[in-house]
Amino acid sequence: MGGLLIGLAAAIMLLGLGRIAGVSGMAARATGIADSGAPRNVAIAFVVGLPLGALLIAQTVGAVNVSFPASIWPLIIGGLLVGYGTRLGSGCTSGHGVCGLSRLSPRSILATGMFMASGFVTVGILRAGGWL
Amino acid sequence: MTRALIALISGTLFGAGLAYSGMSDPARVQAFLDLLGQWDPTLAFVMGGAMLPMAVAWVIRSRLSAPLAAPTFDLPGTTKLDRPLAIGAILFGMGWGIAGLCPGPALADLAIAPGDVAPFVVAMFVGMAAQRFIPFTSQKPKQAGPK
Repeated sequence: MGGLLIGLAAAIMLLGLGRIAGVSGMAARATGIADSGAPRNVAIAFVVGLPLGALLIAQTVGAVNVSFPASIWPLIIGGLLVGYGTRLGSGCTSGHGVCGLSRLSPRSILATGMFMASGFVTVGILRAGGWL
Repeated sequence: MTRALIALISGTLFGAGLAYSGMSDPARVQAFLDLLGQWDPTLAFVMGGAMLPMAVAWVIRSRLSAPLAAPTFDLPGTTKLDRPLAIGAILFGMGWGIAGLCPGPALADLAIAPGDVAPFVVAMFVGMAAQRFIPFTSQKPKQAGPK
């Protein structure tokens, strides 16, 4: 159900505006970090919609449970890697994982395989090291 | 104006889907990546579910000469499998595993747990900006990822 909403959102972006609903690209464009991509107002509106949608669920369906790492360091290190990696690799879970895979884009198939494998290995190392 | 409104609707549905599916919960995401622990595979169905409308949308797109509210389709055309793509995806996967967050859920969580997610969001934008200055082009294959 949640997945269908995400797919519907991406379909609206594709058929309405002719673009990939890639969050990392839109976020970089909205903040001016990326020089090219979606028009600025489109990127900003999309990015603003993300917390708005989450708020809507919290208000209508009920509390959205989130539980964060206890320490701030995983958030900072993780954030740096996610920011750098998504720009270098031209996308994240939404652009490569949802939009690209469904299009059978070779680049997205490779990227999604790589970041999934990397995520599994990373969490495996954290688990084995007793950090989880 | 119409375009910004469509983008806002798309972003809002996207954020709603992330919050509704549990994708915005870092602990759930880490459990999804935790093959050695108590593996929780449910988020795979979220990604699968998201691909259904998109698969239909790609078929419709192939019959359209232009999108409904913009002059042209502006879609990635490259098919080259290069090093930046692979290394970027690996680094992203590491960060995804360490924090349990990727860009969409992180931004959606600004409405749910702003104080908790803020360090990640700030670091993410710093990392994005850093990529502009340390672009890791193929001429400089020296710099390796952390660890």
